[in-house]
Amino acid sequence: MENVNLAAYAKNTWCLGCGNFAILNSIKAVLGALIEGGFPKEKIVIVSGIGCHAKIADYLNVNSFYSLHGRVVPVCEAIKLANPELKVIGFAGDGDTYGEGLEHLIFAAKRNIDINIIIHNNRVYGLTTGQYTPTSPLGFKGRSTPSGTKEQPINPLELMMASHASFIARGYSHGIELLKKILKEALLHKGFSLVDVLQVCVTFFNMYDYYNSRVYELKDYDAGNYDEALKKIKEWDYDSDSKIPLGIFYKKEKPVFEYALSNKKIDIDAKIKELLNDYA
Amino acid sequence: MDNFSILIAGKAGDGIDKSSLIIGHIFSQLGYRIYIYRDYPSVIRGGHTFSIIRCTHDKIAAHLDKIDILLALNQDSIDFHKTRLNSKSLIIYDLTSVKSDEGFGIPIGIIIKEAGALELMRNSCIIGAMCKALGIGMDVLEKVFRKDISREIDLNLNVAFRGFNEAKEFAKVEKLKQKLLGLVTGSEAIGLGLIKGGLKTYLSYPMTPSSGVLHFLAKIAEDFSLKVIHPENEIAVMLMAAGFSYAGDKVAVGTSGGGFCLMTEGLSLSGMAELPIAIVLGQRPGPSTGLPTYTGQTELNFALSAGQGEFTRFIAAPGDAEEAYYWSAMSINFAWKYQIPAIILCDKTLNEGTYSFDIDSVETINPPELFLWDQKGDYKRYQNTKNGVSPLGFPSDKNIAVKVNSYEHDESGITTEDKDLTVMMQDKRLRKEKYLLKELEQYETVKLYGKKDASTALLFWGSNKGPCVEAGTKLGLRVVQPIVFSPFPLKQFKETLKGVKKIICVENNATGQLTDFLKRYDINVDQKVLKYDGRPFTINELEQKL
Repeated sequence: MENVNLAAYAKNTWCLGCGNFAILNSIKAVLGALIEGGFPKEKIVIVSGIGCHAKIADYLNVNSFYSLHGRVVPVCEAIKLANPELKVIGFAGDGDTYGEGLEHLIFAAKRNIDINIIIHNNRVYGLTTGQYTPTSPLGFKGRSTPSGTKEQPINPLELMMASHASFIARGYSHGIELLKKILKEALLHKGFSLVDVLQVCVTFFNMYDYYNSRVYELKDYDAGNYDEALKKIKEWDYDSDSKIPLGIFYKKEKPVFEYALSNKKIDIDAKIKELLNDYA
Repeated sequence: MDNFSILIAGKAGDGIDKSSLIIGHIFSQLGYRIYIYRDYPSVIRGGHTFSIIRCTHDKIAAHLDKIDILLALNQDSIDFHKTRLNSKSLIIYDLTSVKSDEGFGIPIGIIIKEAGALELMRNSCIIGAMCKALGIGMDVLEKVFRKDISREIDLNLNVAFRGFNEAKEFAKVEKLKQKLLGLVTGSEAIGLGLIKGGLKTYLSYPMTPSSGVLHFLAKIAEDFSLKVIHPENEIAVMLMAAGFSYAGDKVAVGTSGGGFCLMTEGLSLSGMAELPIAIVLGQRPGPSTGLPTYTGQTELNFALSAGQGEFTRFIAAPGDAEEAYYWSAMSINFAWKYQIPAIILCDKTLNEGTYSFDIDSVETINPPELFLWDQKGDYKRYQNTKNGVSPLGFPSDKNIAVKVNSYEHDESGITTEDKDLTVMMQDKRLRKEKYLLKELEQYETVKLYGKKDASTALLFWGSNKGPCVEAGTKLGLRVVQPIVFSPFPLKQFKETLKGVKKIICVENNATGQLTDFLKRYDINVDQKVLKYDGRPFTINELEQKL
């Protein structure tokens, strides 16, 4: 029997009540089940950026790449392209990947590389002690914007639709069963997946009450319909006080970006000489 | 006639570049050693563009001011390059578009029209005329054309024959009795060197002068089972490289200064997380966008200090095609043996220059012995060892978790802020430099040419090899070329300077970066010869300045 204890020895330093625990526990459960089902643990790789979310790399005893701020996605893409047998899961923050590294997210979606990106979207910079992020609501008062932001938040899921992402979902750090279900689906999807998790920062932007009164789960819904998905995604724009749908908005099978290279051994020296003869 | 230069000129988009390569191939078929200098503006159509093809008996890597044959496809070609001609020079020009008092006029425009050929084929016609003028048979021309031209070969040959028949024999180019050598650009030599070093993946965002490496590797990717990827920007290039390296792919990236600016956070990550990456850094005249399509040696300081924090790095600056091949392979080798970033410092002169390439003259390159995990005991990605090099493991290796980290970390790769661990790990990473420096003693990291006991040393680096070795030898100087800059082989460098009373340092930059670098080691340069107009030194120009 495979040892599916995924805990590492690093001491957890997230705040009490932090939404990151829900993501950690959900992914532990999903990966544990995957490993019990026969998927080799050594073929799992997690990547994280910089921010509170990123400590997850220290908290899971699997292959990990603790990357730079904003640079989760390109590292994930490369690992998958280098070794297609690996299951690559990127954990990133909203400031991290919707801000500092947004271009990578758009391109990974456009390429449909078979990686999974999970955004710990707390809509605030936690580790740098409370500044606005790309998804903070208009007027957000943070330490860099004491009189409130003067800019609209982006709706990252709408942006992902425009970038041809093949799997788009939203989870919430309260209600772990739904989150587990979404993460499992994302991991099983062949192609690029983005899961935006409304992950509450209890210290700098406690949105539990706000979210609890607005979230609902998508039911009797066809995730294969682009127009329907876009409509649902637009229901909440990360600013208005509307209802907030949770679940898988869009899911489509399409060709993935990969390299089908032969494993045939190449005699490099002979091949170089052959090429040089052509250059004579 | 066995030592001559040909200049072919026209508008950008006229096919001058391709023609110069065809001319180079014609003379390499006759046993000549070739160097081609390309000069073109940063535009797609229009603007004046020219190439100088220098043909000699011995290997060369520089061009001369003077030319022997001018092939003019427009009026500018004559007007701009008149001063390069001497009394014995020959001009071959298109009678339909160019006015000239001297030389052979060939009605190229009319020939093209009559044959129903494309404007671009004026090149083939003038090359045909050149062959006749220099006593080269149509058989040689046809052989080269069939190899180099993939489209409309019959039409190209037709107009070449007509150009040939219109011209008169002016001189006889001798056939040299020596081994024939193929032609490669510096970019191609770098690409082949990377492949020799075991390259699996090449990543690059297009940027002159390194784009040639990208284009070349993309073209041959399938033959060598390479992944060649052009990502969204240089940040992605470098971070993807880190990911490929982590997963076990030997990986290289290519860029120029502006792109390298964006790569520096990834460079520092490579140092911290100990992820081997080879970096082709094609310098150009700066600051900022500078002169994109011209040459400069402006990034030695940058390569030496780029990236936050302190970490071990390898830097080599090759001077010609053979060195580009050798040090590109060695860069991958050292990167992987010591788990560090390795920079190949080049420039437009090297990357886009075309050279006769003698692969048999390159020293043997052996793959490095990698320190791989032996599957015994607990695996620690950053195990603290005597030489600072830790065992390599990769995702999908059984029973281990390979954890790499951009934060300071413990031996297992878990983040730490502990003061003692911080010192231990910093020392471990820096210790690798000492061992690499020791290993470098086995290699020719500093080269000596010219009069080896002369009391005046001519010091140069990188692509100045061509003009400096040729001019310095002629002037009886001791010519010294440091190739490796990090870690700097001071001992070997000092040995080559033993007995020297005066040092002259030649560089293509405005401040003398090598001169300043040497001050750190209490080595003082007496005279700086600097050129920073974007053009490389010609032999004559350098001779005058020395």
